[in-house]
Amino acid sequence: MIDLDDTDRALLRALSLDGTLSAGELGRRLGLSQPAAWRRVRRLEEAGVLAGRRLEVDREGLGFGVTVFLGVKLATKGRVSLEDFERAVQAIPEVQVVQHVLGLFDYRLRVVARDLSDFERVLRRRIMTLPGVGNVEANVLLTEERRPGPLG
Amino acid sequence: MQVDETDRRILRHWLAEPGLDRAVLAERAGVTPATLWRRVERMREAGVIRAEAAVIDWRALGYAVEVSLRFTLDKTNPRAFDEFIAAAREVPEVTSIETFLGRVDVRLNVIARDMGHWTGIYRDRILTLPHIAEVEALMLVSTIKDAGGLPI
Repeated sequence: MIDLDDTDRALLRALSLDGTLSAGELGRRLGLSQPAAWRRVRRLEEAGVLAGRRLEVDREGLGFGVTVFLGVKLATKGRVSLEDFERAVQAIPEVQVVQHVLGLFDYRLRVVARDLSDFERVLRRRIMTLPGVGNVEANVLLTEERRPGPLG
Repeated sequence: MQVDETDRRILRHWLAEPGLDRAVLAERAGVTPATLWRRVERMREAGVIRAEAAVIDWRALGYAVEVSLRFTLDKTNPRAFDEFIAAAREVPEVTSIETFLGRVDVRLNVIARDMGHWTGIYRDRILTLPHIAEVEALMLVSTIKDAGGLPI
């Protein structure tokens, strides 16, 4: 596992807000030379800490006004394999995130839709017809805030 | 701004693979690199594209445990949401805060190094948050899909 110093943490904080910052710009902000900043970024990439990019868009502006988190409990464990459910759920374009969890539910899904009636269509036609699906609980997302995490 | 079919095509390919090199993205979206640059800049200025952020893989930093905590708050207190969220922001291991319409009021995503670390955070930092009526934990087993794609 990789050890971080304060400069690495500052660098990760900056990149988690804007992943397009150049080594030159990062260096200027953190008081490093451009090659030194580049070497640090490179090391974090090689250790797998910097794991790609995420594009954040105005979902509502693009016509996707509704995001819903679903908790899904499988009804017939054993009869339908988890693999069948996972394969089918991943293929639904409106489903952005699928997580296998332990607790009250078996899976957590993040679903985007144009509006509530579009969501109802996705729920009825795509989610409720998945192999093995049992109880489903829906919570409509109102706000979301990403935090920097333990980089302080 | 009005997002046209070409913009949507760019976003579709880019959201599907946010790490794509600009030249490859231009080719997939069927535009010249100059057109891509111009349109991306325009969408950035209009706020359609909000950020291109680096993704941090917390597991690579030794955070092996990830828990989704779902809270119901005591809504008899009108300040419950604000005070709960302000206190949750002070917990470094909280990586996101979401609010909902539904049975769940707030969800926190929390990371920890191991189960011992998790138990400490849960007891000392989470259960001490203000205005909790009910809390449920979903422990992440695996992430099967995590894509920012939109069916545009």
